[in-house]
Amino acid sequence: MSYTYEEYDIVVIGAGHAGCEAALAAARLGFRILVFTVSIDSIAMMPCNPNIGGSSKGHLVREVDALGGEMGINIDKTFIQSKMLNMSKGPAVHSLRAQADKKDYSNAMRQVLENTENLILKQGEVAEVLVENRKVTGVRTVSDAIYPCKAVIMCTGTYLQARCIYGDVSNYTGPNGLAAANHLTKCLIDLGVDVRRFKTGTPARVDKRTIDFSKMQEQKGDEKVVPFSFTNTEEELQREQVSCWLTYTNEMTHKIIMENIDRSPLYSGNIKGTGPRYCPSIEDKVVRFADKDRHQVFLEPEGNYTNEMYIGGMSSSLPEDVQHAMYHTVPGLENASIVRNAYAIEYDCINPVQLKASLEFKDIEGFFCAGQANGSSGYEEAAAQGIIAGINAARKLSGKDPIILDRSQAYIGVLIDDLITKGTNEPYRMMTSRAEYRLLLRQDNADLRLTEIGHEVGLISKERYEALCEKKQMISDEIDRMNRTTIGATQAVQKLLEENGSTLLQSGTTLAELLKRPELSYDKLSEIDTERKELPKEVCEQVNINLKYEGYIKRQERQVIQFKKLENRKIPEAIDYNDVYSLRKEALQKLKEYRPSSVGQASRISGVSPADISVLLIYLEKKYGK
Amino acid sequence: MQQDTIAGIASGMGGGIGIIRISGENAFLAAGEIFRTRKFIKIEDENRKDIKKTGNSKEWDSEFFLKKESHTIHYGYIIEDDGSIIDEVIVLLMRGPKSYTCEDVVEIDSHGGAYLVQKILKLLIRHGARLAEPGEFTKRAFLNGRIDLSQAEAVMKMISSKNEFALESAVNQLEGRVSGYIENIRQEILHHMGYIEAALDDPEHYDLENFSEELYGILQKKIASLKGLLSRFENGRMKSEGIHTVIVGKPNVGKSSLMNLLLDEERAIVTNIAGTTRDILEETVQIGNLNLNLIDTAGIHETGDIVESLGVEKAKEYLNQADFILFVVDVSQPLEESDDKIISLISGKKGIILLNKSDLSSCVDEEELKNKLGWDCISFSNKTGSGLKKLEDYITNSFLKGDIAYNDQIYLTSIRHREAVENAVKSLEQVLVTIEGGMPEDLYIIDMMDAYQKLGLINGETASEDLVNKIFSDFCMGK
Repeated sequence: MSYTYEEYDIVVIGAGHAGCEAALAAARLGFRILVFTVSIDSIAMMPCNPNIGGSSKGHLVREVDALGGEMGINIDKTFIQSKMLNMSKGPAVHSLRAQADKKDYSNAMRQVLENTENLILKQGEVAEVLVENRKVTGVRTVSDAIYPCKAVIMCTGTYLQARCIYGDVSNYTGPNGLAAANHLTKCLIDLGVDVRRFKTGTPARVDKRTIDFSKMQEQKGDEKVVPFSFTNTEEELQREQVSCWLTYTNEMTHKIIMENIDRSPLYSGNIKGTGPRYCPSIEDKVVRFADKDRHQVFLEPEGNYTNEMYIGGMSSSLPEDVQHAMYHTVPGLENASIVRNAYAIEYDCINPVQLKASLEFKDIEGFFCAGQANGSSGYEEAAAQGIIAGINAARKLSGKDPIILDRSQAYIGVLIDDLITKGTNEPYRMMTSRAEYRLLLRQDNADLRLTEIGHEVGLISKERYEALCEKKQMISDEIDRMNRTTIGATQAVQKLLEENGSTLLQSGTTLAELLKRPELSYDKLSEIDTERKELPKEVCEQVNINLKYEGYIKRQERQVIQFKKLENRKIPEAIDYNDVYSLRKEALQKLKEYRPSSVGQASRISGVSPADISVLLIYLEKKYGK
Repeated sequence: MQQDTIAGIASGMGGGIGIIRISGENAFLAAGEIFRTRKFIKIEDENRKDIKKTGNSKEWDSEFFLKKESHTIHYGYIIEDDGSIIDEVIVLLMRGPKSYTCEDVVEIDSHGGAYLVQKILKLLIRHGARLAEPGEFTKRAFLNGRIDLSQAEAVMKMISSKNEFALESAVNQLEGRVSGYIENIRQEILHHMGYIEAALDDPEHYDLENFSEELYGILQKKIASLKGLLSRFENGRMKSEGIHTVIVGKPNVGKSSLMNLLLDEERAIVTNIAGTTRDILEETVQIGNLNLNLIDTAGIHETGDIVESLGVEKAKEYLNQADFILFVVDVSQPLEESDDKIISLISGKKGIILLNKSDLSSCVDEEELKNKLGWDCISFSNKTGSGLKKLEDYITNSFLKGDIAYNDQIYLTSIRHREAVENAVKSLEQVLVTIEGGMPEDLYIIDMMDAYQKLGLINGETASEDLVNKIFSDFCMGK
């Protein structure tokens, strides 16, 4: 028998990294939010790797933070090691990665949710999204409770009809043995949603006491920790850190895998879901890269209050006995006792091309979807979609236009545009190479790019916004000054140049010009820059980057202008492509299916040629004119 | 609204005159920069053919056209940057909105020849115009309200059907080889980008130590290859206009009259370029949809015994480069030693035997000839023109069947390709500058990707997912 309970504005299904950001954003914007989770003890759980950030993922965390999200603040609270990757490379690819205490991370996030006004948490499984006339009206749980609402954000992660597999063993559970959500898929199919099946996996965890670390290389954190959140300062965050450990597989490991490869469910056909190429299981690596005689293995602590260590680089779905034998061939793990086996997990997700850039289904009003349920993978990718879905569901209820970040504004924009425009045939992971305008989308300037938007949305406080404006002003003033200040070939200047192995000056130049020399930097010039005022470290960093890479930044900015031209040519939702004379058949089909929102988006759909775009432009001009 | 300046060929290829159209905000200026009135030309020899240099052009005012009335016609010369004259032309000025595109438009009427027209176009591109996309003049005309949708669509359709034809046609074969060559270079660039990206994405797994030195060397080689391609462009331009066809035969068997017959005034003469020696005449004729680049070796043979003459080397060279050979035999005379010598020179190549003077009684054993060369015979008469149609069909069919192909050398055939390769070279050179400047590796990608995409234009490929796919296929990633 069904009961109808109180009405909420928005129901969020799932309290993983996407669900948490979505719920927090919408609640903070003043809407009444109900969050369902299959286990109230598993909020913001990290079922796989014990870290947040890393190459390009660190960028996403920074962007979520700049918009007023929680992930950056939460990892700053709970990290046990932190490292800025790629420091020897350019600033665009510097990436922050922090090892988390998983339990702490989950608890801290739970606390934030529990103490957020307008936000109610409920343990339970949603069985159905109620839709009338293609419009969301509420949700129904497995216990037949009905909660009316105006919008639903589905953040079901890897839980839909989840199945965990190793060898012949398969359990119909979500990650870590948590209950799977077995009902919602049917509802999605009934609603006409294109559902697909993906696969991912996780390695075993071993007992720290049984590892011989003397056979491994220690990997320490940075001496000076950089915060993820723009709201934190370095001083606040320095704490004792734990180490990770590096070891390698060897020929023996590979031999055991190859001898037992027929017992892997991936190869026997027992697993049908599509797995990610960037996160292959160890058996996949050994088969596909047969010429490599070893692969890296990282031992990472799962937290401060557990002996469990995560074996990064060796996810697997081989049978238990093979896992046993295989892990024990790795130097340092000879006697390791396995706490949890590695397993692969299969789950249902949706084809994301059915979504608008706002993350709302194109043809179901008020139904939003974010995170791994959209075919992405990774905690950070999930959080990034979550905050956007939360903001846009809230804006929908306020009658405002959605916030859509484009590819030149944020990695979040690249992520969402890739998902909804290109779709994905495997769990999608962010990479810096996916961002065309990488040099502009740095992790160090995420606040300069996005905090103003966060402020307009209402997630960034006035104080934080004003501090940002002040920072912007300081940066531009200082760049001006550097450009204006001329430097003569004085003794002091020549001495500094000589010390840094730089060519001596023949005639006068500006500070900005000197800074462009690879061997010099803003900091190094301070000796000869007598008028320099004391400026905050973040300001100095921006001045240094902006001047040093000026030529490259300008080139990317020019590319962005080109990109924006087509991006700003919007396609009315009412367009009838049958009416667009002389489109090629394939283009016609694709355009009808994807219904892109701009000519720019249309041009990125595979199967739409430049000639089709010309035809489309002509049509738009004619029909909707000037 | 005026847009950036575009230039393109407005006349069809092969017409009597070649019209280059320029449209956009700097159309008048770009044209003014490459144009000189007669007053500014110093003619070193009154015989027009030998005009080499212009006089001082210091006083020339590049804004010449800007100061002229709209809808006026100007006579003068188009000159190269070094001052040499390209062609004698008539220039029409049309100020927007009273023009085809409603923008400032300049039309340059040149003497035709595809070669000259392309040369002028190239010059304009150096002077700030951009090569027009197919249909771009029409697009602008439409967007500026000059023509209506149905007109615009008709033109667009024509352009796309033309492309479809090109896909099936001969031109594609040649371009197929260019793309193969370019594709190899692209793939190598992609591989190295993949490596850099793999190292950026998974720095604990792949390192870039000493990589920049290695890459520097590799890119230098790629640049050299691409530059080689560019240097063959001029040659390729001519080449692409025709199947290299050489006419051989003993003296007085009717080679020259065959040439003349093929050059019948009804056919469009596409180019008319004097050969390297006075003795060799090279003409391009159109047969069906094909261009034949005809070379008559007449002069060589007439100097005397073919084996001993200095011309043999020359003839050999031409025969080596030939895609197709027309071997002319006079059937009214029996075969003799010099015919055998020719046969030994041309055996193994593609060609056809033309039995000339077939209106007279034959004293040549057709079968024997056929067997010697493995070629077909066509009876033919210069006098009556019989057999001409058969020859044309034969050439067209052989080409479509793929029996005749262009030479194996890789050539760039269109100015669009040239532009793409030039831009790619520029981008790769920029990578070298970045490496020399000690910049971090991730910055290499900006220009490498640019080069990769530019080269992709030649094959009509887009790059969107290539890099990501490459990373995964070539490098073992992830945890």
